[in-house]
Amino acid sequence: MAEIFTTYIWPVLIILAQSVMLLVILLVAIAYILLADRKIWAAVQIRRGPNVVGPWGLFQSFADLLKFMLKEPVIPAGANKGIFLLAPLVSTTLALAAWAVMPVSAGWVIANINVGILYIFAISSLSVYGIIMGGWASNSKYPFLSALRSAAQMVSYEVSIGFVIITVLLCAGSLNLTAIVEAQNSPYGLLGWYWLPLFPMFVIFYISALAETNRPPFDLVEAESELVAGFMVEYGSSPYMMFMLGEYVAIATMCAMATILFLGGWLPPVPYAPFTWVPGVVWFTLKALFMFFLFAMAKAIVPRYRYDQLMRLGWKVFLPLSLAMVVIVAGVLQYGHLAWK
Amino acid sequence: MIAALFFYLFAGICIASAVMVIASKNPVHSVLFLILAFVNAAGLFVLLGAEFLAMILIVVYVGAVAVLFLFVVMMLDVDFAELRQGFQQYLPVGALVGFVMLAELLMVVGGWAINPNVIKASPIPPIAQVSNTEALGLVLYTKYIYFFQAAGLVLLVAMIGAIVLTLHHRARVRRQSIAEQVARTPATAIEIKQVRPGQGLSENPS
Repeated sequence: MAEIFTTYIWPVLIILAQSVMLLVILLVAIAYILLADRKIWAAVQIRRGPNVVGPWGLFQSFADLLKFMLKEPVIPAGANKGIFLLAPLVSTTLALAAWAVMPVSAGWVIANINVGILYIFAISSLSVYGIIMGGWASNSKYPFLSALRSAAQMVSYEVSIGFVIITVLLCAGSLNLTAIVEAQNSPYGLLGWYWLPLFPMFVIFYISALAETNRPPFDLVEAESELVAGFMVEYGSSPYMMFMLGEYVAIATMCAMATILFLGGWLPPVPYAPFTWVPGVVWFTLKALFMFFLFAMAKAIVPRYRYDQLMRLGWKVFLPLSLAMVVIVAGVLQYGHLAWK
Repeated sequence: MIAALFFYLFAGICIASAVMVIASKNPVHSVLFLILAFVNAAGLFVLLGAEFLAMILIVVYVGAVAVLFLFVVMMLDVDFAELRQGFQQYLPVGALVGFVMLAELLMVVGGWAINPNVIKASPIPPIAQVSNTEALGLVLYTKYIYFFQAAGLVLLVAMIGAIVLTLHHRARVRRQSIAEQVARTPATAIEIKQVRPGQGLSENPS
């Protein structure tokens, strides 16, 4: 009995405790990046933003949460009920599942698997289902059009994200996220991270991440001027909140991915004394927040793309560029030592 | 014990959802069950220690191929009652295909059971030394490089074929040339004219 406890039950309990801790921290962080998103947007437009609930509006997200939870969920009569309710669950669950392999500091990861980056890529390629299912199950024109648009958009930008990831993998020589961060550890500090040698890829990743998470300027999924609110038109109360939550968790995932792939994860920017005393998780959080700030600024200052421009950018600009970069990076890694002589 | 438990869980859900693919009335539900079957098959791959294959299965089949299936099924108004009328007619063909697949599976599994050395013909590197992805890469780009290239060529031909079949240039379609728009300067885009009072501009710009 004691053996079963130590081999099976205890590890499961530890994993459960870790997961719950990560989820709680992540969700509180999401509540505040949502607020930060609105505040930054307001600051760019010289408004105050949410400032009523709590000091400086700090409890705004929690008030929104309560409001959504206490409202009555309305399910349209013509909707396919099961799939209609499944769709928000799918999008939230998948978005949260990606965090299982995210290393936030050296050794601070729930599942340190060998194919970590492929796992995140797979999970984020699944997130399109939440939108398609929601759009189709609503049994209405605008959600359906929006679902089709978004599916095409997300599948297109996944291709260039895939190639960007491949260039990083070529440099790091591993699919393990922890190993990718360790590969960026050098005496040059922040100049040794991959954002500098792979700068074009960093830019492509940033823009593709905006498109992949349906953020402005690529938020054609919910283009309110044409599609009312996209695939979410028929949703309200808790199901709507789950879509929103899934969206923001996906954004946080993309920020964390950019941090790990290009900004050296938990590594300090200057690898010497006062900076190395700061715990890795602080650096990780700061870098992820910096990425989120870039996301929020793009939302505030860039006008929305037209659909054909979006497709052109994905297929005719990013795909050839990233494909060429894969060849160049592979060539430099293989034959670069000849040029140095 | 845990592995066996998860094997039966994944295998059970996989077979049940595969049955539902055929049995469900709504074609969209069928595709969604197909996706569930794919995901469970990926779970079985993970249990076998083939985590790379599992992830590729999800990225390629669930993330791309099944999305296209879902697209087609949602856009077309498929009437399943009509499709079912030919059920009796096509039953022999379906049974034949099923029988061939069953026989092939039996041959593979049977051969393995009779002579376990068959599987050792191409040695598998121990998992402790080489990771799954590395092991695949080591044989794929050395021993099977020509097959790999041939597969890539087949895909390229298929892609070009699909583009050739669907591309037709229509006359009098106005296209946006972004390079041209970006290259515009005030000198090429604006024309300044002196308009005299009471005369206006002539109708036909000279």
